Amino acid sequence: MNWGDTLLGLAFMQRAFLAALVIGLAAPAIGTYLVQRRLALMGDGLGHVALTGVGLGLITKTSPVWGAVLVAIIGAAAVELIRERAKASGDVALAMLFYGGLAGGSMLISLSGGNANLNSYLFGSILSTSTGDLWAIAVLAVGVLLVTLGLRRALFAVCQDEEFARVAGLPVRVLNLLLAVTTAVTVTVGMRVVGVLMVSALMVVPVAAAQQLTRAFAATMGAAMAIGVGAAVSGVTMSYYADTPPGASIVLIAIGVFLLASICAGLLRRRRGRAGARPAPGKEGPDRAPEARAATAPSLPQ
Amino acid sequence: MAYETSDIAADVSAPRMDAVAPAVAAHHVTVALGGRPILHGVELAMRRGETVALLGANGSGKSTLVKTIVGLYAPEGGRIELFGTPLARFRSWQRVGYVPQRTTAAAGVPATVGEVVASGLLAPRTWVLRRGRAERGAVREALATVGMLDQIGDPVAALSGGQQQRVLIARALARRPDLLIMDEPMAGVDLASQQTFADTLEELSGQGTTILLVLHELGPLARLIDRTVVLRAGTVQYDGAPVEHGEDDPGHGRERPGHDHVHPHDTPSEAPGRPVCPPGPTPVETLKLKEARA
Repeated sequence: MNWGDTLLGLAFMQRAFLAALVIGLAAPAIGTYLVQRRLALMGDGLGHVALTGVGLGLITKTSPVWGAVLVAIIGAAAVELIRERAKASGDVALAMLFYGGLAGGSMLISLSGGNANLNSYLFGSILSTSTGDLWAIAVLAVGVLLVTLGLRRALFAVCQDEEFARVAGLPVRVLNLLLAVTTAVTVTVGMRVVGVLMVSALMVVPVAAAQQLTRAFAATMGAAMAIGVGAAVSGVTMSYYADTPPGASIVLIAIGVFLLASICAGLLRRRRGRAGARPAPGKEGPDRAPEARAATAPSLPQ
Repeated sequence: MAYETSDIAADVSAPRMDAVAPAVAAHHVTVALGGRPILHGVELAMRRGETVALLGANGSGKSTLVKTIVGLYAPEGGRIELFGTPLARFRSWQRVGYVPQRTTAAAGVPATVGEVVASGLLAPRTWVLRRGRAERGAVREALATVGMLDQIGDPVAALSGGQQQRVLIARALARRPDLLIMDEPMAGVDLASQQTFADTLEELSGQGTTILLVLHELGPLARLIDRTVVLRAGTVQYDGAPVEHGEDDPGHGRERPGHDHVHPHDTPSEAPGRPVCPPGPTPVETLKLKEARA
């Protein structure tokens, strides 16, 4: 019980673990949809934009977290607009938005006089999470989970095939906007834990790791959330004992899980391939013939 | 207020109009994409239960027309009605099954055949609902129709191109549509799957489903097509009894399908509903070869 006394007995570690748990669940939940629609780097971009909100919060002496939420949501809506009328220049417009957000953020934070703060927003400072921060994080994360789990059928349909969802009669614009806003909120939740530069990793890497071994969407999402929580909690533990930066520890552990999962998947595939290799060549010969005959046969009027 | 009353009026008159209105009616539809005009005044009407093939060369506007009919593109001019209701007011999307032109049914995250097909059940009023037993039954029924029930738990990315196409069709069928619209459903589909597909469509047509197919050629589907519409450069070039191809290219030497009496190889005994060329997987090349030899 010595472990519990030293680690969980400390109030700041309790808060750190709770924050890690919450973001470990929320980030992969939204990340699964982003990876599904091949927008894996959306979270990264919105993280950059959120930094301007942090700066605004600091310079106006209001809350950096809620400033980040506000600006990230505006950024998310802008991204959706750009994506909707995607032309060749859409890419460049996004880059403009993202780097503008990053530059604006670092400028504003510097002007607010709290330059030391910049690092904690860029790379996270989970160990300094206050009770107020924790409440904000918890409320936002519950919102993220309500959207990602409660609307999973509709979000799945939109992210799988947007055109089909539109013809099916789903409110695709509303759902797209909701997804973007939820991503923005998740970014701000993760900001305290892993920082705006790495929050996207916690959205994407657990999903990438999970899908090495899963076949279904629901299973991928569940496994990604489990991996997210595991990486976040063990990252915080590691940072306590080995005195490593928590954000970097969490992300590196998640990448480690991804590598392990890909190796397992590769071994599984090879074993399955070897089992299937023997009957295949014998099967190929006789199987092809009728197909080839059918393909070359003269077609007759019916 | 005014909007509401007009809506109610439409609802009251809907059932009566519905009984006689065509499944699809497009009047003088013009569409421009990115400032470039694609369709110039297209007319298309489909009776209930009809199976129509939309043919034409690449760039003739087939896909654009179909996407405009299902509301993905906004027409610049003209009028489109589905089951007698103008497209802007049409809300009964559960009656429409759409198979978009795709080379794969997979996205960035693995999904099973069952999950993809279940997404076809979502409709304007039901998209928030949880999946119930009736819906699971509808998924299994749709998969059985395309002969893929055994693969319900397989990840779609592991299937062949033809099988993925069948999954997309099952997704459209899951909602039991009255109108099925398919954009090049035969692209990348092997011959065996094409036959299965033809059988599926025949069954649906027998049940009274109205079917609009965008195709390059009729091929094995020829026996179920009631009518072909050929587009050329954004206008309807031919609308009538089934022909095997749209106009493939101008220097081709074949008679235009618009002149329905004059194919040189036609014998007088042939019925008017007969395809101009024998259906087959690659008759275009065959014809070109013959011409080259001659």
